[in-house]
Amino acid sequence: MGSNFPLFPEAASSTALRVDALFFFWLAVAAFFTIAIFVLLPVLAIKYRRRPGRLIGKAVHGSTPLEIAWSAAPMAIVMVLFVWGAEVFFHMYRPPNETWDVDVVGKRWMWKLEHPNGKREINELHVPVGTAVKLHMTSEDVIHSFYVPAFRVKQDVLPGRYTTLWFRAIKTGKYHLFCAEYCGNEHSKMGGWVTVMEPADFQQWLSGETAGATGPQVSPAAAGAELFTKFACSSCHRKAGPGEPPSLGPNLEGIFGTTVKLQGGATVTVDENYVRESILDPTAKVVDGFLPVMPTFKGQMNEDQVLALVAYVKSLTKSDASASAAAPAGGG
Amino acid sequence: MADSASTSHGGAPPVAHQFATARQQREAANLGMWFFLVQEVLFFGGLFTVYAVYRFRFPEAWAEASRELDVKLGAINTAVLITSSLTMAMAVHGAQLGKRSQQMVSLLLTLALGATFLGIKAIEYHHKWVEHLMPAPGFQFHGASSGPEVGHARLFFACYFVMTGMHALHMVIGFGLLLWLLKNAAAGVYSGAYNTPVENVGLYWHFVDIVWIFLFPLLYLVHPR
Amino acid sequence: MSTIASDSVAAAHELDHEPLDESLDYINASYGMRSWLLTLDHKRIAILYLCSVTFAFLLGAVFAAMVRIELLTPAGDFMQAETYNKVFTMHGVMMVFFFLIPAIPAVLGNFLVPLMIGAKDLAFPRLNLASWYLYNLGIAFTLYAIATGGIDTGWTFYVPYSTQWSTSNVIPVGLGVFIIGFSSILTGLNFLVTIHRMRAPGLTWFRLPLFIWAMYATSLVIMLGTPVIAITVVLLALERIFHMGFFDASLGGDPVLFQHLFWFYSHPAVYIMILPAMGVVSELISTFSRKRIFGYEFVAFASLAIALIGFLVWGHHLFVSGQSVYAGLIFSALTMLVAVPSAVKVFNWMATLYEGSVSLETPMLYALGFIGLFVIGGLTGVFLGTLGLDVHVTDTYFVVAHFHYVMVGGTIMAYMGGLHFWWPKISGKLYPEFWGKISAALIFIGFNLTFFPQFVLGYLGMPRRYWSYPPEFQVLNVLSSAGASILGIGYLLPLIYFIWSMRYGKDATENPFGATGLEWRTSSPPPTENFAVTPTVTWEAYDYSSVPMPEVSGG
Repeated sequence: MGSNFPLFPEAASSTALRVDALFFFWLAVAAFFTIAIFVLLPVLAIKYRRRPGRLIGKAVHGSTPLEIAWSAAPMAIVMVLFVWGAEVFFHMYRPPNETWDVDVVGKRWMWKLEHPNGKREINELHVPVGTAVKLHMTSEDVIHSFYVPAFRVKQDVLPGRYTTLWFRAIKTGKYHLFCAEYCGNEHSKMGGWVTVMEPADFQQWLSGETAGATGPQVSPAAAGAELFTKFACSSCHRKAGPGEPPSLGPNLEGIFGTTVKLQGGATVTVDENYVRESILDPTAKVVDGFLPVMPTFKGQMNEDQVLALVAYVKSLTKSDASASAAAPAGGG
Repeated sequence: MADSASTSHGGAPPVAHQFATARQQREAANLGMWFFLVQEVLFFGGLFTVYAVYRFRFPEAWAEASRELDVKLGAINTAVLITSSLTMAMAVHGAQLGKRSQQMVSLLLTLALGATFLGIKAIEYHHKWVEHLMPAPGFQFHGASSGPEVGHARLFFACYFVMTGMHALHMVIGFGLLLWLLKNAAAGVYSGAYNTPVENVGLYWHFVDIVWIFLFPLLYLVHPR
Repeated sequence: MSTIASDSVAAAHELDHEPLDESLDYINASYGMRSWLLTLDHKRIAILYLCSVTFAFLLGAVFAAMVRIELLTPAGDFMQAETYNKVFTMHGVMMVFFFLIPAIPAVLGNFLVPLMIGAKDLAFPRLNLASWYLYNLGIAFTLYAIATGGIDTGWTFYVPYSTQWSTSNVIPVGLGVFIIGFSSILTGLNFLVTIHRMRAPGLTWFRLPLFIWAMYATSLVIMLGTPVIAITVVLLALERIFHMGFFDASLGGDPVLFQHLFWFYSHPAVYIMILPAMGVVSELISTFSRKRIFGYEFVAFASLAIALIGFLVWGHHLFVSGQSVYAGLIFSALTMLVAVPSAVKVFNWMATLYEGSVSLETPMLYALGFIGLFVIGGLTGVFLGTLGLDVHVTDTYFVVAHFHYVMVGGTIMAYMGGLHFWWPKISGKLYPEFWGKISAALIFIGFNLTFFPQFVLGYLGMPRRYWSYPPEFQVLNVLSSAGASILGIGYLLPLIYFIWSMRYGKDATENPFGATGLEWRTSSPPPTENFAVTPTVTWEAYDYSSVPMPEVSGG
């Protein structure tokens, strides 16, 4: 767990390395100016101290070239910081294409996590080293924030919306997980551990029993397939066979990740948020060519069920509608 | 400036001790009122921002919700308020000329028109109350109490009530100011030499009018055609 | 302008028809509670404010002490979590709204603005008094809320916690904040009109003291920003009481919208705190170098630039809020921009010292301390404005350290420096210079020990508003709490010796520090009317050849 008196956090993700590089650059710049000023101030105060022969300051107005110089120089430095910072930021917000997706629900005062094969955790997250992991997060109540200092990543978790966060761990170990947005009494207790394991160990952990699990582990996508039938989604969202009347809803096979045209001409990318919105507020963005007849399922299913349906729709490939939920072979 | 019996009671206007001249005092009061109105623009601006966000997000629900408002009453109110700005301007004019009767008639008309406006608003609010359109638990829209369209419509009414309510509150404050002016006008306080309070209240009243001129189309005329 | 000059000269003769009693100043001009509580004299109102903000500061400091005591140990063992959450919330509310925002404007600004421009009072003395009563009404509601259970939302009132989940006294505190917003607006309005319309003959804009430029820029921010927090608090209250839906995701509302509205004011609010402080520092650096501020016009315009650009950067509080990445880009770029005028000021102050005649009296110690600490605070602000860095440290102690460096190391240092500098003018007495220096040193040392470790804690990952924390953070927390106790002593000493000096201090002359500025050309303390004759200004700002040498400061 580190020394009793750490002064710098471990860097346990690829992102952390980038952040720390930027940090040290800023630190060098800041230290330079701070030390320069902390030295110059007493030097000036002593060198020009009041004494006989120096009872009044020299009547000087200013110097425009100097003003320009010491406006331009800081401006240039902060622009470097801005560009570099933006670059790191974009890296944080652009996950790779292949990720190990974990669903997260924050609620007062715990984190509930679910792996693609259905394995659930509370306040703990096990991940394989070297694999890009992406979290899809929502809150059941107030705003929380998922924060892993060792990875240098943080993202607010909101009610009514998904937010995402991704990282690639580069070192095995156990790292703090904190809630970083004040959420009430147990805010400081709402956290736990992220455990980074060797891939083989992770596979073993993944296929093992979850302590205290109730019922068989079902992957979110498989759970979503059940819900898809249970809530009769398949009655409208299907591929119409030859001679059949056209389906009332768009066929969902292969639709995830594509861009669809809406009534009125706008387009939208079929991502997690759009699928969620379509379930809970179906008439908001109706696909062109279809009538706004889909009922809303708000109040009829909880966040976990919505997440499962999202996972299911994601898993639908063009040719068939069967879910596949094997763990990726690492890397990505 | 003398004008028979309806002029001010004469004499130099009172200049507060911190001012060097009456002109400085008047200019300071004017500038103060303008700065105050700028601040009021920002106050309502927050509400307009909230309005813009939700209207942009839920255009259809908001168009539907807007249909529940009575455009006729809103239009009448708009005309009433614009007319009250005219009568207010007449009051300022009367004060500048020191014409007591013009001041008092104009101020009374302004008050009456303002009261009409608030009365009509009260009727509209009452209708909304009866139709379960108050944005609180118990809200119903097109017969439904839940569902996304209901929530979005509720947001429309939340904006409607807060914006028109804030506006009405400012009108009530304006009422108080007008009554104060009326009292002073009756006593012949205002004249060409000293009419700053009337001018400043006039500015305030015109501002309240302008806010309504924005509110009316934004709230009542959302639905197409 | 010439009309006003001749108007005013004529009027001055007209109004000064009574010979002034030389022994009367604004303090002993009249006696009794009523003469103070119903005063229209800007100087007395400044003293009334001094009492109020000092009370607010002490209460906020008590809450701070409680926080630091709890954080001595990793476990939550000094108070319950719920209590702790209330304590840090109320520390923030008291300090931000009832101390930092009003202090320099309402105390030093109220006292000095008319004097510095050669006026007899502010433009609207009754509004001035009203603003003080509004302050009291606002703090009354807040104290009521504290006394009946407190509030636990954080001073930022984030929704949906504050609207749907907190069971604490959100509405009374919201009301208190709304009311004190009005108080602030009236002060800003008064300053703007006064500075525009009531400058003495000959006092053109570029002859004004830089403190006046700073108060002007501050007042612009007050007028444009405060109404937005007012309406935001109204919406918060309506949401909480009627559940209207503005910020409720289940109804289509957006909790992040609250954050935008809140920070649209609360970011410029920090410039309301720092601009007057910078104005004070300009006066101190100039006086105690006996030299005109280098680049006067640039410093003046930098104040305006900070005020205006400051309205464009609020989104840097929302980088991880779920706000779009592109919005983050824009806000980060603008945040970098706002750093530049502050840097320009720092360089100009230092260039003022160069070839000056520097004397290290207590006010100058505070001014120099301000520069050092503000530089650290400002540089860490640039850090926080850097997108890739902010993700890691936002909502951690790094942010807490940053804002304490600028607010305490910045604003409060300048406030203390200003209080010392103008104390002879305000009270007619000299403060004890020896104890002044001791306190300044204690404050500087205590402050750094309190808050520098928090930068380390923040980068390590300790989140804000944590009642209990992992044990490896303890050493740094103990250092911080130790520093806080030294800082506390540093603040208590001036409280004691200022009061002591009112009775036992040496009498001050008109201009003990050899400063320029019209306030130093009238008695200490000034008469109620400020000046026997309205001055006509024919000299440039900071012309030390036209003022006497400073006297040896008292001890």
